[in-house]
Amino acid sequence: MNASLPDTHFSQNSRALCSAWLLALLCVVVLIAGLCVGSAGVEPLWRLLADPIAAQIIWDIRAPRTLGALLAGALLGLAGAIAQGLFRNPLADPFLLGSASGASAAVALALAGFGISPLATQWLLRLGLTAAAFMGAVLAVFLTLSLARGVQHTLRLLLAGVVVGVVLGAFTSFLSLTHPDILQVMQAFMLGSTGFVGWSACGIMGIVWLACSAAGRGLSKALDGLALGEATAQSLGLPLRSLRAASIATLALATGTAVAQTGLIAFVGLAAPHLVRALVKTSHAWLLPLASLMGAALLSLADLLARGLLAPQELPVGVLTALLGGGYLMWLMHRRGPTHD
Amino acid sequence: MIDPHPTHQTGVAALEVRNLGVTLGQHPVLQGLNLKLPQGRWSAIVGPNGAGKSTLLQALAGVLPFQGDIYLFDQALSSFTAQHRARQVAWLAQGSVPSADDLTVYDVAMLGRLPHQSWLGGPSHADHAATEWALRLTQAWPWRQRALGTLSGGEKQRVLLARLLAVDADILLMDEPLTNLDPPHQVDWLLLVRHLVACGKTVVSVLHEVTLALYADELIVMASGAIQQTGTRDDPVLHRTIESVFDYRIAIEALGTGWVALPKLL
Repeated sequence: MNASLPDTHFSQNSRALCSAWLLALLCVVVLIAGLCVGSAGVEPLWRLLADPIAAQIIWDIRAPRTLGALLAGALLGLAGAIAQGLFRNPLADPFLLGSASGASAAVALALAGFGISPLATQWLLRLGLTAAAFMGAVLAVFLTLSLARGVQHTLRLLLAGVVVGVVLGAFTSFLSLTHPDILQVMQAFMLGSTGFVGWSACGIMGIVWLACSAAGRGLSKALDGLALGEATAQSLGLPLRSLRAASIATLALATGTAVAQTGLIAFVGLAAPHLVRALVKTSHAWLLPLASLMGAALLSLADLLARGLLAPQELPVGVLTALLGGGYLMWLMHRRGPTHD
Repeated sequence: MIDPHPTHQTGVAALEVRNLGVTLGQHPVLQGLNLKLPQGRWSAIVGPNGAGKSTLLQALAGVLPFQGDIYLFDQALSSFTAQHRARQVAWLAQGSVPSADDLTVYDVAMLGRLPHQSWLGGPSHADHAATEWALRLTQAWPWRQRALGTLSGGEKQRVLLARLLAVDADILLMDEPLTNLDPPHQVDWLLLVRHLVACGKTVVSVLHEVTLALYADELIVMASGAIQQTGTRDDPVLHRTIESVFDYRIAIEALGTGWVALPKLL
């Protein structure tokens, strides 16, 4: 037997590494572009920084929201990749599983009940809002899973997710209608926007992203094992129960945190892992960070478009991702055909 | 990779089953099963669909709850930790795994090393060596870079077989390992099993290819959730039992030094 060191993985690994660098570069470019695009149109960064008022605008408004779009996208992409790996279902997504609607219902409840504003800039309030969104996301996922009686049946899972989404959405609408003071804020929130994101929101998303990425790193081997089926994973000695709990907690934390800061932003979590898989076939150790980067690039690009398309007016970014992502989903379902459920 | 000096004493039963029962849903699939599988032998389980063959294998692999007792080398299966059991017993599931299509062949085979790896640590030198050994044995090494989804059914099956071998377990349980394999690769599989057994491994396989099963050291004939008979391949009584559990739709005839199962058209 030849016990040489592995040359084995060179091509797939180097493809993955290349994709990672390209996506990171794209994120940086978008980040810089995001600083230049505003209600006044596009201006080069050096001229803006020379003007103290413009520099203030960049530092207080544009920088956090652009960074926020990146981080929220990274969280949603990560959550989507974990969901798809855990449920071995390529249509699993934080939205289709109902976790996003659960998070937003919890945010509405926090808003109506305790008056925590999505515009809040204090760390503690942000943290409270994030915690509420996390709880809402976990509850919604359990609701969807129990309605769908497991994850094996794609159609049932999607239907359950839609039902949970509709019911929780109605609950959120009801809350905002009965509390007119939060109606306007809630509306913007439901459409999904990076307009609320300040530095504290960025801080929370950054910390949660680091934590979820570390958790994802720990889960990645087991998610690969799960790809062989639950029984085989069990025969390999994987602790399925705790694995499922840890994965759901991680994806709910990532989704809830993103939703609490930016509102409902659809389909980034679904599309990011798919696009990564189209680029490179690889294990979860690569897929999870790549999906994070892809989500970051997608959402920040969409945010840039949303701010630039109709300037000086701006489109809620959630509307744009819903349009783009919805089209992508339709194409995906069309391509998969009716036999795969 | 294979230890030429088996760690366990010969003569000890690699697997022993006492009064085994398995219930799936409300339906009892296995009842009161007793079985002793000696170490370093290849046993083939044959029987009609729904006889409980796969269920027995799953119980032995520790992936199904069961009543009764299962012993690995005289130690109760329930006393093993999941990881320890996974190192001793490797199980090849029946059928394909479409959800692994995006993993490379190498990644899939490396999953067999999960029982040997720590939670966070990367694969060790031994893990890479075992993976390469397994992929070479099943002649899947040349495609190690390819995604599983790009392979044909038979090629996928050989990769999944490599995944099983990579565990380097003492007991190998294979559920219909010949699915999608063409005749030359079925013969390769036969030679592989003989090689493994010669190195002290214990192989238990569920086979629908009765002619190939008649090359096993020992045959276990199952029907309706019970073992009808166990015996060696040259036992004429065993041949009649096999014919009877298949409703006499096949006949076992001598051919050369072996036996063949022929379809009975009338």
